[in-house]
Amino acid sequence: MIKIEKRNDVSRSIYFLTPILAIFLTLIGGGIIFYILGFSPIEALKFFFITPISDLYGLSELLVKATPLCLIAIGLSFCFKSNNWNIGAEGQLIFGGIVGGGVALLFYNHDGYYVLPIIILSGAVGGMLFAMIPAILKTYFNTNEILVSLMLVYVAKLLLDYLVVGPWSNPEGFNFPETRQFSESARMPILFDGLRIHAGIFITLITVFLSWLILYKTYLGFQIKVSGLSLKTAKYAGFKGKTMIIIVFMISGACAGLAGVGEITGPIGQLHRNISPDYGFTAIIVAFLGRLNPVGIIFASLVVALTYLGAETAQIFLQVPKYTGQVFQGMILFFLLGSDYLLFFKIKFLGLRKNEL
Amino acid sequence: MSFDLNFIGILIGAIMASSVPLILAASGELITERSGVLNLGVEGMMIIGAISGFALMVVTDNLFFAVVGSMLSGLIISLIFGLLTQSLLTNHVATGLALTIFGIGMSAMIGKNFVGIPGKEFPLLFLNLKESIPFLGPIFFGHSILLYFAFGLPFLTNFFLKKTKIGLIIRAVGDSPTSASNQGINVTLVRYSCILYGGAMCGLAGSYLSLIYTPQWIENMTGGRGWIALALVVFATWSPIKVLIGALIFGGITILQLHMQAVGLRIPVQLLSALPYIMTIIVLVVISRDSRKIKLNTPTSLGQIFYKEK
Repeated sequence: MIKIEKRNDVSRSIYFLTPILAIFLTLIGGGIIFYILGFSPIEALKFFFITPISDLYGLSELLVKATPLCLIAIGLSFCFKSNNWNIGAEGQLIFGGIVGGGVALLFYNHDGYYVLPIIILSGAVGGMLFAMIPAILKTYFNTNEILVSLMLVYVAKLLLDYLVVGPWSNPEGFNFPETRQFSESARMPILFDGLRIHAGIFITLITVFLSWLILYKTYLGFQIKVSGLSLKTAKYAGFKGKTMIIIVFMISGACAGLAGVGEITGPIGQLHRNISPDYGFTAIIVAFLGRLNPVGIIFASLVVALTYLGAETAQIFLQVPKYTGQVFQGMILFFLLGSDYLLFFKIKFLGLRKNEL
Repeated sequence: MSFDLNFIGILIGAIMASSVPLILAASGELITERSGVLNLGVEGMMIIGAISGFALMVVTDNLFFAVVGSMLSGLIISLIFGLLTQSLLTNHVATGLALTIFGIGMSAMIGKNFVGIPGKEFPLLFLNLKESIPFLGPIFFGHSILLYFAFGLPFLTNFFLKKTKIGLIIRAVGDSPTSASNQGINVTLVRYSCILYGGAMCGLAGSYLSLIYTPQWIENMTGGRGWIALALVVFATWSPIKVLIGALIFGGITILQLHMQAVGLRIPVQLLSALPYIMTIIVLVVISRDSRKIKLNTPTSLGQIFYKEK
């Protein structure tokens, strides 16, 4: 995607500093927008970015939201690093949630330590299988994975809708579009009384560590990185391209599925129509903001989670819509992508996928 | 029987009305993609068009300003995409996604004070003919001017791409930016223009929703139509006439499921709603497995960044 022409000495420190520049520019941009809308910019930004995390409950909520974002973004980094554009993580999250939720309903009223691990595992497998659809279509039918993975998001959403309205709806639920509340054995353990932060955060942290191991310490990670830098080199080196594509999609889908199952067994506790506030799409921003680097993604997920929280606080204090968070998320990505130009000024950009499509 | 026939006519008229935003947005995006640019921001540009059209209607009380303004705002927001992808050479997919996310947020912020305000009646043409001719009346008459424009647009687009010099240039840029550039064509300028045109059409599609189809402002009111429009372009294998056919199929499914809900049929509504997406995937598989076919149909440089060394 990027062929370095003259300057192949892009400073690593600047590479990781531009995201901070992007966040800074976003704050300025957000301030200007708030000013135009008739708010005091400083005060509005304070409500957005400081008030939400000024108490323990707020910090816990930040981690609750960062948990799925970080997890999905880590998975996506495998795809993006190897030039595979999986933008359907939202669908994989939902499908993971559906499979995990189905198993949770199957074990309704079962007690036992084995229930939760089975649910979590099935959620991961669900997400993984769903992500394999675009991967297999790409490798065997040469189909564009951007469009397929995107289309499948809507298929997953509609499937979830069908299930919670129809066959899986709570028999005592007065026809509300939701399933039963899962039994206690199917719920993620809460870490502290009174806060919503749950054991899912450990899944995320373990995944981050494993990803770092895979990406930087294994042959597979090496293959992924080389394929991302130059498909020709990867072919020349004799890497099995097809297998790798399927593997990165599987990893990415499993992560999204885990995030989905973490949400339904964690903060939500049942299946309903809106199990994810577009975490799957927002995680794409997280992955970029974190520079596809496991540690970077941890920090990025906290920043982006804050935009979710800030929007909720601003909705209460400033009466702005909850979608305001998306203005900030969009701006972060705009500024980040834009600032890359300064970084790679003399780098020659080639097509995303020459000789493909 | 005459009542039933008339009912079918009304149904077809409704299907046509629901396909208008899809035709407008997809025709715009088709031109953009033909120039080699993949703009995933359709949904964002549509929702910006929807709110600015509605807001301008409320503020100026003039529908003409509202419609033109929605196109302008779609154009302006697509300019962000143009600046980033064409001048700063950013990745199309990521930039387009950012545009959609940004657009949905921005429209909700602008629309905060416009929630709950009733819309204005948009003039419908040939209403007397609609009433007096059974069956054909409700199909052909009693629509807004935008519907007639939308149904003419694919034919215009087809003519434009195939028979005019500018159309040829756009296709050349999309298929081989390097050789087009060597011929002295300013690739960046062509792509900018196509992006802006696509933005304007998406804005127009959005204002059709907020001014005519459901005349009011609701947060997130495009409800995924932008993504369907994107799917439609692929479904139509980048051919304007097939966009029209596809939009009618997609619109038909929307109307059909509304009626099935009313009648209480047993087929899950969600299955019908998922059909357009599943069908798009199938079409993609069919056209993609044959590399010759995909080369014939797809703009070869779609989604690729073009950089001319100075």
